[in-house]
Amino acid sequence: MSLDVDAGRARLRPVPPGPHRHRQSSTRHLLSWLDMRATPYLFVSPYFLLFALFGLFPLIFTLWVSLHDWQLAGEREFVGLENYTQLLADTKFWNSVLNTVGIFVLATVPQLLIALLLANALNKRLRGRLVLRLSVLIPLVTSVVAVGVIFTQLYARDYGLVNWLLGAFGVEPIHWQNQKWSSWIAIATMVDWRWTGYNAIIYLAGMQTISKDIYEAASIDGATPRRQFWTITVPLLKPTIIFTVIVSTIGGFTLFAEPVIFGGGGMTGGTVGQFQTVAMFIVKEAFRDFDYGYAAAAAWILFLLILVAALVNYAITRGLGRSR
Amino acid sequence: MLNSKNGGRPLAAAAVASVLTVTAAACGSGGTGDGTAATASASASAAAEKVTITVQTFGSGENFGYDSAVEAWNKSHPNIQIKYDNLAGNFESEYLPQVNQWLEAGSGAGDIIGIDESGMGQMAARPQHFVDLAQYGLDSRKADFPEWKWNTGLNKDGKLFALGTDVGGMAMCYRSDLFKKAGLPTDREEVAKLWPDWDSYLKVGQQLKSKLPKTSFVDGPVTIFNTLMVQEAGKAGNLTFFDKEQNLVIESNPAVKTAFDFTKKLSEAGLSAKLAAWTDEWAAGQKNGAFATMACPSWMLGVISGNAGEENAGKWDVAAVPGGAGNWGGSWLAVTSQSKHPKEAAEVLNYLTSKEGQLHAFKEAGGVPSTLTGQQDPVVADAVNEYFSKAPSGKIFAESTQSVSPIFFGEKHTQVRAAVEQVLLGADQGSVKWGEAWAKFVAEGQMAAG
Repeated sequence: MSLDVDAGRARLRPVPPGPHRHRQSSTRHLLSWLDMRATPYLFVSPYFLLFALFGLFPLIFTLWVSLHDWQLAGEREFVGLENYTQLLADTKFWNSVLNTVGIFVLATVPQLLIALLLANALNKRLRGRLVLRLSVLIPLVTSVVAVGVIFTQLYARDYGLVNWLLGAFGVEPIHWQNQKWSSWIAIATMVDWRWTGYNAIIYLAGMQTISKDIYEAASIDGATPRRQFWTITVPLLKPTIIFTVIVSTIGGFTLFAEPVIFGGGGMTGGTVGQFQTVAMFIVKEAFRDFDYGYAAAAAWILFLLILVAALVNYAITRGLGRSR
Repeated sequence: MLNSKNGGRPLAAAAVASVLTVTAAACGSGGTGDGTAATASASASAAAEKVTITVQTFGSGENFGYDSAVEAWNKSHPNIQIKYDNLAGNFESEYLPQVNQWLEAGSGAGDIIGIDESGMGQMAARPQHFVDLAQYGLDSRKADFPEWKWNTGLNKDGKLFALGTDVGGMAMCYRSDLFKKAGLPTDREEVAKLWPDWDSYLKVGQQLKSKLPKTSFVDGPVTIFNTLMVQEAGKAGNLTFFDKEQNLVIESNPAVKTAFDFTKKLSEAGLSAKLAAWTDEWAAGQKNGAFATMACPSWMLGVISGNAGEENAGKWDVAAVPGGAGNWGGSWLAVTSQSKHPKEAAEVLNYLTSKEGQLHAFKEAGGVPSTLTGQQDPVVADAVNEYFSKAPSGKIFAESTQSVSPIFFGEKHTQVRAAVEQVLLGADQGSVKWGEAWAKFVAEGQMAAG
């Protein structure tokens, strides 16, 4: 309180003459220097503070845990890299990596292609364009749990809609959870349903930055719309495509909710791990088998896998359109 | 026991609620004591200040059935109020992980937590998380319980950390309407005579299947396997997956192999509906009559009536289980060392596991009391279940628990059980060949125990 009053008085006081003046200008100089140099750091600091608290600390703590034989609510013992060597020899872990990559490829490739075509269509002059553009975003705002529950019911063996439809064509009912291929397809459709519209909107935003002049020039030169799409739109959209590929990689590699719900809430991903993803493997080790250290090691390997996969995908997409 | 989509919200709510309770209790102890002192005379307990004891349990439907017991206590004990939270449906995949996280974190767990029998081995191996109940005089309750129920509540240091609630007496639930269609007897006495042992049970299944080819005989492999395994455990030193030195004996224990072989026979005879317990499709199967019988511990009656719904009232019935007695489930209550009021918590635990508390729970949810006097009480002995064609459920279940023996549970029993159940399910559904199933069953069990 008293500090405030003093500060108010100071402001009212007339500027003193003489040597004081010089001193104040040097403080002002210091303040403006600080303002220039420090303020930007101040503005970005909340992110880094939050990242340190919720990102960096868990990351380092997980590393610490992963070096222990750490039973949840039980005993712990330092074992060094033993969890990692065990994990690299664990067929179940690699099975979950295979599932994750498989579902990722199955879901992401068609998803991004459809999103690209959808964005291209939405970029045309259409009636009710805004409504159409907004409606592709609707799946994104629905709860992932609701999506999982509804799709799981669609794919139910005994009373599901998909099997009923297949039955109309004389196909025997498929137990979708039972095989790798069928469970992967079912989960990939859930992922696609939710994320295709999201990617389409991002592509659409990217497409709108492409100058119309290029298309006009191409039209005059006699390029068909299809040719324009592949030789103008796709190459110029490359930075956007790279962004979506990397975001999809991160999302795909941490896929969790859809397969969990599809499997009735369990972490095993089907009877023999047909669709157990790495994220499910981690949760199962930590919270069903209470092997906290092992799960932490798996989480770190997943982190590295995502880095590698993102780099590989970046390299692939960067080469996109180059051959054309 | 609930599926996950319903499990999330109560869990989060409970987490918030328990935080609030801790805060409320902390305020109570630091604040005014005068207001509550006046009413303290009404209570038999000697608590000077008002405390709230949180009781956390699991289970779908009626679960532990503590609503009326808690209401009665709260009316007569103004200074010790019980806050009852049913956290999650499924014990193994939802409740136990949550409780373990709270124990690891050192806060969040209730004053009293419920533990299913399959988690008792793990909890007994972690004495640091629980209060020694003998400290509060509860070791005087020994004569109230069957010996095995009492002994399971002792931790690895031999201290009493938990007291029993209910016992999962075993019976066989069946659809009398489907039995009638198949030309089988429908009266529960006659049905029980059809299957004195498991082989005759299989034959009944084949008869039913020949008349009603579209109806399965059992829900899936898991319920039958567990029923048979605990029955057989009595003949195998009361062991299932682990021996008393915590060594995995899954491969050598005849109880496990016998149960496995019978499950295989049943599956290969085409009698299984190939459903995984606790899934939506399993629940739909109970409603739609996809299968005609299901082994049912006493608490399962509430699950079936909840899943099958009012329109199927009277279609289900209960008969004795093949092979005589059996025990699946049953729970315990323990006071966590996180509790700020262990003395009051022990008092509440004493009440909930007393004959009085158990009778409240029986009337509400059907769990058979684990106290000997509770089992003999007319409330239990004469109970009939309206939904199950007025079956004398109390008599059926109490009889089935009389000759059960104490089954030993290893520290990693839940993990092993969850892993091998998946193999059974996989073999039944076709993702694992039955010819390779036993080797895989053993290997998965070893991996889960390792």
